[in-house]
Amino acid sequence: MAVESEGAVENNGVVRTAMGFGSIMNNSYGIGRMGIWRMDEMGGQATPLHRMDARIKILTVFIFIGFVMSFPRYEISALMPFFLFPLVLMGRAGIPPSYIFKKVLIASPFALAVGIFNPWLDPAPMIRVGGIFVSGGWLSFLSILIRFSLTVSVALTLLACTGIQRLCDGMGRMGVPQVLVVQLQLLYRYLFVVVEEGGRLGRGLALRAGPRSRITLRTYGALVGHLLLRSLDRAQRVYQAMASRGYTGETRMMHPPVLRRVDLLFLVGWVLFFGVARYWNLAGQMGRLLIGGGR
Amino acid sequence: MSHHLIEARDVWFAYPQGADVLRGLSFRITHGEAVGLIGCNGAGKSTLLMHLNGFLTPRCGEIRIGDTPLTAQTVAAARRAVGVVFQDPDDQLFMPTVAEDVAFGPLNLGLPLDEVAQRVGAALERVGMTSVRERPPYKLSAGEKRAVAIATVLAMMPDILVMDEPTSSLDSRGRRRLIELLRGFEHTRIIATHDLELVVEICSRVLIMDEGRIVADGPARTILGDRELLHAHGLERPHSLSHAHAHTAE
Repeated sequence: MAVESEGAVENNGVVRTAMGFGSIMNNSYGIGRMGIWRMDEMGGQATPLHRMDARIKILTVFIFIGFVMSFPRYEISALMPFFLFPLVLMGRAGIPPSYIFKKVLIASPFALAVGIFNPWLDPAPMIRVGGIFVSGGWLSFLSILIRFSLTVSVALTLLACTGIQRLCDGMGRMGVPQVLVVQLQLLYRYLFVVVEEGGRLGRGLALRAGPRSRITLRTYGALVGHLLLRSLDRAQRVYQAMASRGYTGETRMMHPPVLRRVDLLFLVGWVLFFGVARYWNLAGQMGRLLIGGGR
Repeated sequence: MSHHLIEARDVWFAYPQGADVLRGLSFRITHGEAVGLIGCNGAGKSTLLMHLNGFLTPRCGEIRIGDTPLTAQTVAAARRAVGVVFQDPDDQLFMPTVAEDVAFGPLNLGLPLDEVAQRVGAALERVGMTSVRERPPYKLSAGEKRAVAIATVLAMMPDILVMDEPTSSLDSRGRRRLIELLRGFEHTRIIATHDLELVVEICSRVLIMDEGRIVADGPARTILGDRELLHAHGLERPHSLSHAHAHTAE
């Protein structure tokens, strides 16, 4: 809890006591807060990849997603080479893959919910792996999970290797309506507000709830209502602070990006790679090359 | 034309479905004055501050910044002239680094980038926070946060500084540094606070608010030395004025 104790916590001793109760809310507050700030910190770095024109990165990511989605529903092996893209981005931007992986896990229930019934809906056997028949449903389920991991990890990496300010600035310059860009910016800002207010409420609760008391639905309802009202109040103050510093909906950058030839090479290079990986099953070829089978 | 003066003329205000919070309030603060705004909780201090840069509009009466009445048309100029330092620096700091946070205002003003960079440097220098310029604001101590929040406002080069409880949550050393800093400013300053010792040290003039009115307006030492007056409005005479022996700053 390094960040927790360094942050704006009014009274560290109190926090520790509260943590001692093992309150779920309090712990998740710590993790959520660290995670959310960490994303902000990563986005604020100044590696060459961070400083690259955001438009190029956004465009490449969209093309990437298009390619990943274009595969037939049972495809698995041919998708594998696409993991190279997020991994290279993370490597170049100094983002630990484990960090992105955890975030992907958090979002994974959505993908699971989408694909979980496929094995029942499509039980016809498709391939044999070591004497066991695998149905088409299982294959398409796996394929959905892989595509989900690819696209979500790339989207998160894009945020972590660009930062919300540069991302929004890039979107604005790509012609995304200002209204949407501002929405996104404020939504992002609001996340921090809710997480921090939630943390404060959680602490208050942890201090008064005994070690084994359970949160009843009634308390929970009051808590969530409170969270909404408090976040609204706080959001209002944050907005006022922004407005009193001349915020009118448009943000300018301290270091506006310049489009360089390297950036275009980045785009062209990756799109070529996606194209090659789309039309030749690179993983399959590699397998054939290594074990000499495959027929 | 001077923006350094700020005036309230018979300002009345009520929140929706509520009783009047400001009830016929008038004052005039001129160039370079440092004014302490004191009064107990619920006296309407924060509501008044919200009027000074147009977040709230009086039900009747008017606020004037310089020679211009504050209206929907002039609110942008007013916000440029009046810099508000909020009570909670966490509400004010939201960019990934201190330098970007300080640059936020000047960038919004549409200044050229080299001018922005120069203002950021100068503002951080002024509050002694140059060493933390690349750090994320949430990792700073309460005192540092407060100083950076002031720098974000200074970078806008306001003529009038409005502060809400500047010494809350500061330790003694942080408070002392802040007092030295505020004393050195040449801006017109309006400081709403419960820290009456702070008022003694910085302000030449004091306004006491009670139930939405200005109930006393005069030289700081006279007003803060008047035990009956302070008592009548729920305040206490600051210790340093209560007897004769010397209270030096150090």
